[in-house]
Amino acid sequence: MRLRISNRRIARSTAGDVAILIFLGLGAVYMALPMFYAICQAFKPLNELFIFPPQFLPRHPTLSNFSDLFLLMAQSWVPVSRYLFNSLFIVAAGSAGNVILGSLCAYALAKHDFKGRNLINNLILFSLMFAGSVLVIPRYLIISFLGWINTYAALVVPAWGTTLGVFLMRNFITHMVHDSLLEAARIDGASEWYIHWRIVMPIVKPAWLTLIILNFQQLWGDQGGMFIYSEELKPLPYALGQIIGGGVGRAGVAAAVSVILMAVPITVFVINQTKIVQTMGTSGITGE
Amino acid sequence: MKAFWLELKEKRVSYLFVAPFLLVFALFVVVPIAIAIGLSFTYFNMIEPPRWVGWSNYLALFLEDDVFLIAVKNTLLFAAITGPLSYALCFVFAWLINELKPRIRAVLTLLFYAPSISANAFMIWTVLFSGDAYGYINGILLYWGIIDKPVQWLVDPRWMMPIVIVVVLWMSLGVSFLTFIAGLQGIDPIYYEAGAIDGVRNRWQELWYITLPMMKHHLMFGAIISITNSFAAADQLQALTGTAPTDWATWTIVQHINDYGYVRYEMGYASAMAVLLFITMVLVQRLVQRLLRRIG
Repeated sequence: MRLRISNRRIARSTAGDVAILIFLGLGAVYMALPMFYAICQAFKPLNELFIFPPQFLPRHPTLSNFSDLFLLMAQSWVPVSRYLFNSLFIVAAGSAGNVILGSLCAYALAKHDFKGRNLINNLILFSLMFAGSVLVIPRYLIISFLGWINTYAALVVPAWGTTLGVFLMRNFITHMVHDSLLEAARIDGASEWYIHWRIVMPIVKPAWLTLIILNFQQLWGDQGGMFIYSEELKPLPYALGQIIGGGVGRAGVAAAVSVILMAVPITVFVINQTKIVQTMGTSGITGE
Repeated sequence: MKAFWLELKEKRVSYLFVAPFLLVFALFVVVPIAIAIGLSFTYFNMIEPPRWVGWSNYLALFLEDDVFLIAVKNTLLFAAITGPLSYALCFVFAWLINELKPRIRAVLTLLFYAPSISANAFMIWTVLFSGDAYGYINGILLYWGIIDKPVQWLVDPRWMMPIVIVVVLWMSLGVSFLTFIAGLQGIDPIYYEAGAIDGVRNRWQELWYITLPMMKHHLMFGAIISITNSFAAADQLQALTGTAPTDWATWTIVQHINDYGYVRYEMGYASAMAVLLFITMVLVQRLVQRLLRRIG
């Protein structure tokens, strides 16, 4: 199978290949340079942040921004590890619930035929287009009605109802899971529950790994806002946000904070991405 | 009624599968949307109970609020440029990357996706385009003698919109991009083999006759993401050009909504804008859906 995959390519013109490489190269520079500067900023001593003409590379790279940051964090009366735990818990519980509930719903929407299916599909689609910011107040009313203000549930449970994931999973299940495979499993006496977890989910692994990345990205950036007011329940980005709110003198520390804040989702992405690529090589075959 | 119960009983597995998600979805998405639509017909300052005012919020938007009309114009312009462009970039990059060897593919995917995932990394652009001589762009242009005094990139209305667009495009290879990559890799190689036998000769034919039709679902998904992102843009614009941009040059509808909702506490008025924006997006989505059906 591997051999056939590598030979399947239809003849490519060299001119086209060169044009594509140039285009990709330009794109890569546009994407990567600002990220590179953002990282460089974190390793510059404070006096190098404000010089003329500006230098892209730090002349005397230093870790002092990071050590300053750790010093500041060590002074906070809620231990940093607690902020970190809050963040990780919210992200993990939120993503897990969204993947589990969302994938079950997506499977039924993709492969079952029942009344109300179109209505649900349309509701999910249209809900994506309503400006989220006006929903904050109604959501606040509902959460306080449920008595969830200042609990993890106020951030975790609404994340379970995020529609993007269902939408995405439904597409992949419709597309990648063949009906004949499901029929065969049903004839063998497999329950729908078993089919979902043992047949459908392994095939659409790339989809839910992608969904985990998206959830992580969403929830990791959440500062708790109006739903959490206890200091010891606040997530890490909130604590870091407090530290960098200290003006120009903290510019170096702020750069270190943004590097840390971006490093975490990128790490999760890299781990998931290697898994996505691994599953991809075989998905066409298992799908048949 | 009896037919309803029969259906419910017969399809109970399906309903049990969708029920948990729908419950959360209804509670935190559908009900809040319904509340917001209701509030759009009221005066609600979040302290007194809402007072019914009929259509007057909607009338005021068009008759009394000049800034809203500027925001509408900016939003349409911004969406017309960034929507299609970001969509095209997502697909083209995903497609080109997909042709490469796995290792390079992984590196480039990370490189292209990183800006959209890394929270507030886009703030680096405020350093690049900073209005004083410490800004990278100003610094270089001054050093080379191309300009003789710093350009106020983020304050001069001639530059604000183009710069904001460049930054938003930089961050736009997000969800759709990842979905396209996953979708492209999920296409069974058998289709390409069959295509080669049936006389597909080059990559463009392969793209049009095999890849795009196989990607239809994902293309639709990406289109909706592009539409919502481009019409709802607000945060990055505000972070770059401030809470009261010069001549409202980069002021969009969602910024106006946030302004009325969270600064002036006129939730009813803000909700009316959200409803109008929602209707616009649904119409645009319908149009795009019709166009996408013609592919392949």
